[in-house]
Amino acid sequence: MNLLKRAIKAVVSISVLIVIWELIVLTGRFEKSLLPSPAVVFTGMSKMIMDGTLFSNLGVSIARFLTGYLLAVLVGVILGLLLGWNKNVWSYIDPIIQVLRPVSPIAWFPFIVLWFGIGDAPAVVIIFIAAFYPILLSTVSGVGNVDAIYMKVADNFGIKQPELLFKIILPSAFPLIANGLHLALGSAWVFLVAGEMVGAQSGLGFMIIDARNSLRSDLVLAGIIIIGILGLLLDRLIRLLENRIKRQWGVTLEERI
Amino acid sequence: MYISISEASREYFYNGKEKTTALYKVNLEIEKGEFICLLGPSGCGKSTLLNLIAGFDKPTSGFVKVNGEAVTRPSENRITIFQNYGLLPWRNVLRNVELGLEAKKIPKKERRRIAEEYIELVGLSSYKHHYPAQLSGGMQQRVALARALAVDPEILLMDEPFGALDAMTRMSMQDEIERLWQEKKKTIIFVTHDIEETVFLADRIVIMTPSPGRIKSIIKVPLGRKRDRTSADFLEIRDRVFEEFGFKESVELDFYL
Repeated sequence: MNLLKRAIKAVVSISVLIVIWELIVLTGRFEKSLLPSPAVVFTGMSKMIMDGTLFSNLGVSIARFLTGYLLAVLVGVILGLLLGWNKNVWSYIDPIIQVLRPVSPIAWFPFIVLWFGIGDAPAVVIIFIAAFYPILLSTVSGVGNVDAIYMKVADNFGIKQPELLFKIILPSAFPLIANGLHLALGSAWVFLVAGEMVGAQSGLGFMIIDARNSLRSDLVLAGIIIIGILGLLLDRLIRLLENRIKRQWGVTLEERI
Repeated sequence: MYISISEASREYFYNGKEKTTALYKVNLEIEKGEFICLLGPSGCGKSTLLNLIAGFDKPTSGFVKVNGEAVTRPSENRITIFQNYGLLPWRNVLRNVELGLEAKKIPKKERRRIAEEYIELVGLSSYKHHYPAQLSGGMQQRVALARALAVDPEILLMDEPFGALDAMTRMSMQDEIERLWQEKKKTIIFVTHDIEETVFLADRIVIMTPSPGRIKSIIKVPLGRKRDRTSADFLEIRDRVFEEFGFKESVELDFYL
């Protein structure tokens, strides 16, 4: 029931947006190339789907995305476990992270090209940087906030390292880590496109640049919409996973809009 | 004597100067198989005393000995049951009960058999694949009991184990712990601030008073098992405990000192 209501609301709001968009186009005050009409954009979109450009670019993007993101998960979680456990070392690393974190991954681009060359690598590195910080920070705070009672129980039953890490600390930090993975996914998706716009010859980001270079604003807009929808789907997918973990762990779910 | 506590004090220092005495020169001897209740208002040091016996904490002076050996660290021979259960939310009932057995390096098959036996003992066989968040408070505490008993400790330390349960569930849990105590012949030290609970469960009630925490008196409960909460004998002893705390006008003159 609730789901149905939300679906109806989503359909209504998007329909209204399209109608307003069409009305603005109909006023004729904007040139076609500055604001293509919905119909033209949808034609462009279906053409991209039919002739395969979308799927070939999407495949490339997803491969880069997964490489960068999973690498960030691996490095972020392992480093986070070590640093979260060793508060002393973390207090030295933390200031460095705090300085580097606000820097947009794109800012590193000149160095990335020098260090990693061109091709898939720059986009992968940018995705990695975008995903790395949220994962690292949430893992560190998850490990640092293990409920004292779990440690007491482990102590009582004689559970020692390395079992302590895998049986108590990591699972207990998992809800916070899952939260970080969720944040990182969103941020990585944003920078996937940005990364491909500056350094790639294929992918969703390149698709937009390519459309711009051939002055096809309808295809630019079509690409933007596709990226938005895919990002939304990814977000919903990982949110489902995150909520499942939280329910299992007995973390109460706050209402989200 | 099986457990002997001699002149045990526990002081806490703040800013290296200010001192609070949580426990002051406590002497207590406990025989094997005894059911001891530590009773008193908050701040009387009953949980501190329990932590000393558990080995989570050390006395600042005096000593705690079990079987003639000074207690310096927690041991799977003395398992603590906590008020908020301390179950691992990411493990189902079966795997929670197996936790202590894993640390003892018991092979998987044997582990499962023992866990199932103790889950049966606490009457949760049909819930063994449930997760803690799916169980009521009383059931969760039964799981914690099964987990504790599964490693076959000689001593069970219970820190207000039924404090979070409603009055009805509480009474059925009291019946349960008494049954388990008689069946498994454990030594139980049970912290509570519920007077009726102590009269129902204890062989001896250790009455403690705060600032500084110390033992005021020890009341023997010479009633047979299983005790009737409404019998005249029961009420008489309950009244004596009430008197100890000054909640009841005494007829004995020496109380008015």
